[in-house]
Amino acid sequence: MKKIILLVVLLAAVALNAEELKSLRGEHPLDSVPPPPEKKIWAKDGETIPRNYVQQPPLIPHKITGYQINLKYNKCLSCHGWKHYKESGATKISLTHFKDREGNELSDVSPRRYFCTQCHVPQANAKPLVENTFKPVDSIKE
Amino acid sequence: MTFRGKILSGTLIIGFFLGILFWGGFNWTLELTNTLTFCISCHEMRDNVYPEYQNTIHYSNRTGVRAECPDCHVPKEWIYKIKRKIEASRELYHKLVGTVDTPEKFEAYRLTMALSEWKRMKSVDSRECRNCHDYESMDFVEQGRRAVKAHSKGLEEGKTCIDCHKGIAHQLPAGWEEAAAKAGL
Repeated sequence: MKKIILLVVLLAAVALNAEELKSLRGEHPLDSVPPPPEKKIWAKDGETIPRNYVQQPPLIPHKITGYQINLKYNKCLSCHGWKHYKESGATKISLTHFKDREGNELSDVSPRRYFCTQCHVPQANAKPLVENTFKPVDSIKE
Repeated sequence: MTFRGKILSGTLIIGFFLGILFWGGFNWTLELTNTLTFCISCHEMRDNVYPEYQNTIHYSNRTGVRAECPDCHVPKEWIYKIKRKIEASRELYHKLVGTVDTPEKFEAYRLTMALSEWKRMKSVDSRECRNCHDYESMDFVEQGRRAVKAHSKGLEEGKTCIDCHKGIAHQLPAGWEEAAAKAGL
């Protein structure tokens, strides 16, 4: 009997709470299909995007759709590499990228820094899902 | 009309129609070999380059205009097309001996094939690119910041499309930059 009362109380509590439950994706019961999210469009060529915090990997101010970055070839380096940046007028990659994990300075990009998009990302019209009041420190404001 | 005259005119008329039939048949067959479907009917193309190409703008894009294999690899003008087709008949031999019949073999041979196609493209001033893309009809104002810069510079230096646009529909093999520079491409 006690168990049944407990169960009823629990169910009632769940039922009362159910309406207040919300996920970041909104309230959509599992048995219905939510409306699709807004289509994301990659930002076109633009000016350099200021950093928000110290040590932030600079953002990519252009589209990179279809860029080959694999064992065979890295398209990014064909402009941003030290060999090409002057001719292309692109930002050259940081010298810190030449260091391997043992701290040895290599003559070219270290394999651990080779896959650019692990840290550097292009921008799309993706609004933050939650409100954010973060502000960059004065020292890096441009 | 004499009997000889009848035979002569008969032969001419029959010959005329047979000519149309043969020529039409030849051209029709030639055009059959000038399609994406024909290209990927061999596993060498279907398994290696076709999936790569499917991720590129020449396969799928916002306007729905598609450039297929022969649009870039086979000249449109008849005389150049026939020349290219005759050259391409060597592929039959390579198909028989299996030069690129595994992904590993294809990868090993990729640079050789790429260099040869870049060389062909450069020698004809990227003619096949220009069937669709032309400086004359290119509006630099509509282009992105980087494209305007690169295209203005390229135009000034008299560069041709393939000088910069390599690997746009296919993946690039390792060490291609050095190899291309060495070959003057």
